[in-house]
Amino acid sequence: MNSDPKLERIAKGNALALCATGTWTASFAPVLERMVADAEKLAGSPQSIFIDVSEVAKLDTFGAWLIERLRRSLTQGPVEAQIAGLSANYSSLVDEVRRVRATPVVETSTITITGMLEQIGRTVAGVGGTVAGLIDMLGAVLAAGFRVLIHPRSFRLTSTVHHMEQVCWRAVPIIVLITFLIGCIIAQQGIFHFRRFGADIFVVDMLGVLVLREIGVLLVAIMVAGRSGSAYTAELGSMKMREEIDALRTMGFDPIEVLVLPRMLALVLALPILAFLGAMAALYGGGLVAWLYGGVDPEAFLLRLRDAISIDHFIVGIVKAPVMAAVIGIVACVEGLAVQGSAESLGQHTTASVVKGIFFVIVMDGVFAIFFASIGM
Amino acid sequence: MAGEIQNPIIRVRDITVQFGATRVLDGLNLDVKRGEILGFVGPSGAGKSVLTRTIIGLVPKVAGSIEVFGVDLDSSSTSQRRNVERRWGVLFQQGALFSSLTVRQNIQFPMREYLRVSQRLMDEITMAKLAMVGLKPEVAERFPSELSGGMIKRVALARALSLDPDLVFLDEPTSGLDPIGAGDFDELVRTLQRTLGLTVFMVTHDLDSLYTACDRIAVLGNGKIIAAGSIADMQASQHPWLRQYFHGKRARAVMS
Repeated sequence: MNSDPKLERIAKGNALALCATGTWTASFAPVLERMVADAEKLAGSPQSIFIDVSEVAKLDTFGAWLIERLRRSLTQGPVEAQIAGLSANYSSLVDEVRRVRATPVVETSTITITGMLEQIGRTVAGVGGTVAGLIDMLGAVLAAGFRVLIHPRSFRLTSTVHHMEQVCWRAVPIIVLITFLIGCIIAQQGIFHFRRFGADIFVVDMLGVLVLREIGVLLVAIMVAGRSGSAYTAELGSMKMREEIDALRTMGFDPIEVLVLPRMLALVLALPILAFLGAMAALYGGGLVAWLYGGVDPEAFLLRLRDAISIDHFIVGIVKAPVMAAVIGIVACVEGLAVQGSAESLGQHTTASVVKGIFFVIVMDGVFAIFFASIGM
Repeated sequence: MAGEIQNPIIRVRDITVQFGATRVLDGLNLDVKRGEILGFVGPSGAGKSVLTRTIIGLVPKVAGSIEVFGVDLDSSSTSQRRNVERRWGVLFQQGALFSSLTVRQNIQFPMREYLRVSQRLMDEITMAKLAMVGLKPEVAERFPSELSGGMIKRVALARALSLDPDLVFLDEPTSGLDPIGAGDFDELVRTLQRTLGLTVFMVTHDLDSLYTACDRIAVLGNGKIIAAGSIADMQASQHPWLRQYFHGKRARAVMS
């Protein structure tokens, strides 16, 4: 049923007939395109040309358009090209493509120096916008928090507990495992290098101070940003895409109060708990390595730990946790609510949520370090 | 190829589809003839979309066989299956346009995959398809999120038709369109069916579409086809659901 398409040139008196035969469909489009491009070179010849399509076995949009394209380019010369022998079945299809405007609108973008400078300017301005957006969200969350304090019945306990389970309870195994391993590695490296100075026992000091002040909370915050921050952004983003957030608004609910506040609260409560568990797991792992690899028995380890660290170290670490949680939560929710209609946009904002979340966590950690140094803790 | 003309283009035999303990389709048989527009109706939740998705291979079936273009989709090789897929187009209920591509790129996506043609020809065909589904050329550079519901349906139809398929599946094509738009859409399907020799499998709730566009109607109920035939057969049927459907208040309004 399918036969190769052909376009034969037959002279009839002083007219030229282009006889199209065979199957003019999408499957043969590359061949057809070449044949038509060849025949287009006839444009401008003095003969009158007509395109005979009576022998075409099968025609679809591709074939019909190519015949129409040929007709148009041949018409540009002194003669008018005609299509002849069109069967009733296909005439409506050809009429359809005849209405098509020839030149498609294709926008081309070129890279210019001014364009690049413009892009840099826009990016810098975008940073300012990001910070303003975060402060805006912080304000909105605090306002929603105060509203809930005044009307405690509007507080969404179920939702908060649900999110607590997601970000806290379900995160415990992975957080404990990773911090345990990090504790082991710190202790092993410490012992390996301190041994040369015969200062094995100081590994306990290093482990205690490092884990309680910095590593415990920072590591856990980074993991939570990757694990829960991204989830918040994806959840809110897909709700935004499906107009669920608009639906909430039209029913008279504040999305900040219904969606953002329970998530923020869950995160702020979860991170200190996870940071504490993480610190304990890291100390446990470090102690285990110190015992098995460094020969520091548990009793000596605990004695040394009690001397080396004070409650201050613990407080310095744990005080940072809720602040970091708030930063992660705000970044994640701002990004989630900024998602536009496309799947690509959801991906971009989820990535941005994690990257910005981790960045701001580290910036906050630096700010805290300066603060605690100046108050002598 | 010659035998294909007599044989039905889709041949569904005894298929059963089950989700957990609920049996959605139960030994269903259906033939779709070449060149016809089959309207497929049934109560909400009866499994119309499930049948469509089973035929195109998105939902696994428990039992039965499906032949499309004379190819049994279970025993076919990958290349046979690809060949069948190239010859059908699907319009999903929500359009299912790729949200990160423009309208033009959406329509060209199947062409890029299956045909080796120049960008110029693809652009021109895209414009032709847009004109066919009644959209302005300017729409080509927009993203799906910037389109209205009706435009999304039209673009999705243009994408379904981009390779000039022999068979199209339309899942509620006129839902969410205004009556004039829906009427145009029916007209469009009719025109395309005539000009391109399409076979159309249309799941619909739109009585207008059934009256103006469809050659034959099949009715789904209790996991089976309870009736199939022309609109006159449906009106003559004594089945309670059919009586209600075709003699209800809305049906009378459409008929008058």
